[in-house]
Amino acid sequence: MTAEIGHFALVLALFVAVAQASLPLIGAHRGDPGWMALAKPTAILQFALVAVAFACLTHVFVTSDFSVVNVVSNSHTDKPLLYKISGVWGNHEGSLLLWVLILAIFGAAVAVFGANLPPALKARVLSIQAMIAVGFYLFMLLTSNPFDRIFPPPLNGRGLNPLLQDPGLAIHPPMLYLGYVGFSMAFSFAIAALIEGRVDAAWARWVRPWTLAAWCFLTGGIALGSWWAYYELGWGGWWFWDPVENASFMPWLAGTALLHSSTVVEKRDTLKGWTILLAIITFSLSLLGTFLVRSGVLTSVHAFATDPTRGVFILALLVIVIGGSLALFAWRGPKLVSTGLFQPVSREGGLLFNNLVMATACAAVLLGTLYPLLLDALGGGKVSVGPPFFNTVLIPLMIPMIAAMAVGPFLSWKRSDLMPALRRLRIALVLTIVAAIVTYAVHGDEPVLGVVALAMAVWLGTGVLTELAERIRLFRSPLSESFRRLGRLPRASWGMTIGHLGLAITIAGMAGAGAWKVESIQVMKPGDKVTVGGYEYRFTGAKAGKGPNYKFVGGQFTVSRHGREITKLTSEKRVYNVSQQPTTEAGIHTTWRGDLYAVIGDAEGSGGAFVTRLYFNPLVVWIWAGTLIMVFAGALSLTDRRHRVGAPHRKSSAVSLPGAQEA
Amino acid sequence: MNKRLMFTLPLMVFLILAGYFAVGLTKDPKKLPNMLKGKPVPDFALKPIKGRDDKGFASTDLKGETSLVNIFGSWCVACQIEHPFLMKLKAEGAVPIHGIDWREEDPDAGPDWLNKHGDPYALVGDDPRSKAAIAFGVTGAPETFVVDGDGVVRFKYVGPLNADIWRDVIEPVLRQIKPPGAS
Repeated sequence: MTAEIGHFALVLALFVAVAQASLPLIGAHRGDPGWMALAKPTAILQFALVAVAFACLTHVFVTSDFSVVNVVSNSHTDKPLLYKISGVWGNHEGSLLLWVLILAIFGAAVAVFGANLPPALKARVLSIQAMIAVGFYLFMLLTSNPFDRIFPPPLNGRGLNPLLQDPGLAIHPPMLYLGYVGFSMAFSFAIAALIEGRVDAAWARWVRPWTLAAWCFLTGGIALGSWWAYYELGWGGWWFWDPVENASFMPWLAGTALLHSSTVVEKRDTLKGWTILLAIITFSLSLLGTFLVRSGVLTSVHAFATDPTRGVFILALLVIVIGGSLALFAWRGPKLVSTGLFQPVSREGGLLFNNLVMATACAAVLLGTLYPLLLDALGGGKVSVGPPFFNTVLIPLMIPMIAAMAVGPFLSWKRSDLMPALRRLRIALVLTIVAAIVTYAVHGDEPVLGVVALAMAVWLGTGVLTELAERIRLFRSPLSESFRRLGRLPRASWGMTIGHLGLAITIAGMAGAGAWKVESIQVMKPGDKVTVGGYEYRFTGAKAGKGPNYKFVGGQFTVSRHGREITKLTSEKRVYNVSQQPTTEAGIHTTWRGDLYAVIGDAEGSGGAFVTRLYFNPLVVWIWAGTLIMVFAGALSLTDRRHRVGAPHRKSSAVSLPGAQEA
Repeated sequence: MNKRLMFTLPLMVFLILAGYFAVGLTKDPKKLPNMLKGKPVPDFALKPIKGRDDKGFASTDLKGETSLVNIFGSWCVACQIEHPFLMKLKAEGAVPIHGIDWREEDPDAGPDWLNKHGDPYALVGDDPRSKAAIAFGVTGAPETFVVDGDGVVRFKYVGPLNADIWRDVIEPVLRQIKPPGAS
């Protein structure tokens, strides 16, 4: 029964979404307040219906109802409750349901909290949200129904990919999706603005909280995914440039650019067309990411051929959403008039530079991810571009951007001078040079890039702190005055300062872990010792054991430095009962200096010897500490006064009439 | 540039991309990975990697006896995981293994990596520009081809080899090529 209720709720949600997609939009076009007002109840009803469908799917998973195909393929009675629940979205169909649920949550949130939006804008935004939802409902109901039954029902399920049986990964997809779907708000606002033919400071301010929230979730989601790869895959690395990772990184790059360009729209009434385009691109990449992350449809052309219906449907959906919005952009975009002029050296210029670098980086990642597919389509055979491609392209892009990031906040709007800004950064420059020399002295010039990257992190960090000190006139006015100024800084500017500081910390971590990682792969017998990065790892032997639904071999290592014991590490190699797929649990000891990391591999012979992989990953935890700080900074900026009070007012009448659009 | 054209540019770029996707949809990708199966290895002649004074590695070297061609790179994490197993294979002397050192940016990186972890290869060719890799239709590293004595590709394995895969997948292929007791 539950599955049928869920299925029925989904069908109803489709119909409600169709109403929501059409009536308010027509109402806004005709200037009919009654029809426009339909946006709110339909958005809330649609949310309620998807929530019922999602609850039903969760119920069949928790009760292990093996008459539902999805449960059979993705669950098992032996599975702990947490993973039965995460099984709901750990598969293609369920992840789509989670996606539309989050979409409906955002829609309902705009309906409920968007009281200060002009009714026409609100009606259009919610209609466009519903159009996206209609596409997804149709996709689910026609090709990927999560509630399909199976007869006769099997005795037990076929389990979940054991790699996914991990608390980090249980919450990773929802986080990523909150980010991906959150950008749908920026998209809907952009399309609504194109229809209305106007983008102004008020518009930018309305979109900002949604973009910021999406950005925070996406940043957190990416960090979580990378952390998971780090401790679960057991390769000592934290980023592998695989298509799934790239799929989340691309909207992040575009979304970060959007966050910065929308500030320019808000403060200076320029870069409008570009900002709208970024909003469309960010969400388009989110859509691409959605299909890459769970469904695996775009990861390889293989999946296309295994299920051509889905492939064709997804392609059609992408063409309609992305192609349609870009066509609208081509048609209406030129009508957006920017008033603010600026010189190349100015705050706007700096933000535009950031945008260009982010967009170029994003294009490069897209090219690297899709190139194998494109080449295949051209009949060029199959290749994959490895990390060398991405590192070669992205590092030279990021270095000038980080260099400019420290300078940008010193520039004033409209026109500015570079020299005074650089003069104020002289202490930061001295500290950067000192850091480079110290790093060079410790590590030699191997590799140069590590020294450069670490110096860039110091440059950005000290630059950000210098800017903060300037802003509160530290040492130039009495301390009490500085404190008073500190207390009065708007939260948005705290957001920028802390966010940039977080990035500096992340870059330091990437520099350390990328440049000076030490690894050692060997066969060890119990009692053997290996020294890695100045730490002595002693293998004390391995024991076999049993977990709730897997068997494991656990290897023990004692790590000491200068004869003093620091920690004991346990690494497990697990084999899951149902799928017989092995996974690795790395033994990790985290310190600020770096991580001690040990992994046990296959047994070698019968003498208790094992292949072991030992690593010292310098500063690696800084990567995630920095991203956590960035997420916090985004959240802080989200609480800024200007998002809560003083609802922005448009200069002219709020309700745009059909004739007024062309203004 | 014309303003209207500038605003249309994103749409055009997207439509071209979508066109490629549509072509990709019509392709049967399953053919590609096995494209070489049963066919002679593509012609290639690679220079030796730095520090090895032998003649490098060419398609003509594959005639005469059954061998493995392993695609690796010092940048490839999975190759490191595979590496100890290749060393073991070499120690057992079951079958000669030849290496194609793929996409090294730094000519020293491959040799350094082999010095550090051991060198399981009979012959190694340097392939920084993916010449041989593209001819082989390599999708990623590591990848291993089983080539018989006539220089014909008999099997391709994608991903790191280990003892289980060797026993369950590769050895049956080798037995097919050279039935036990036939020689």
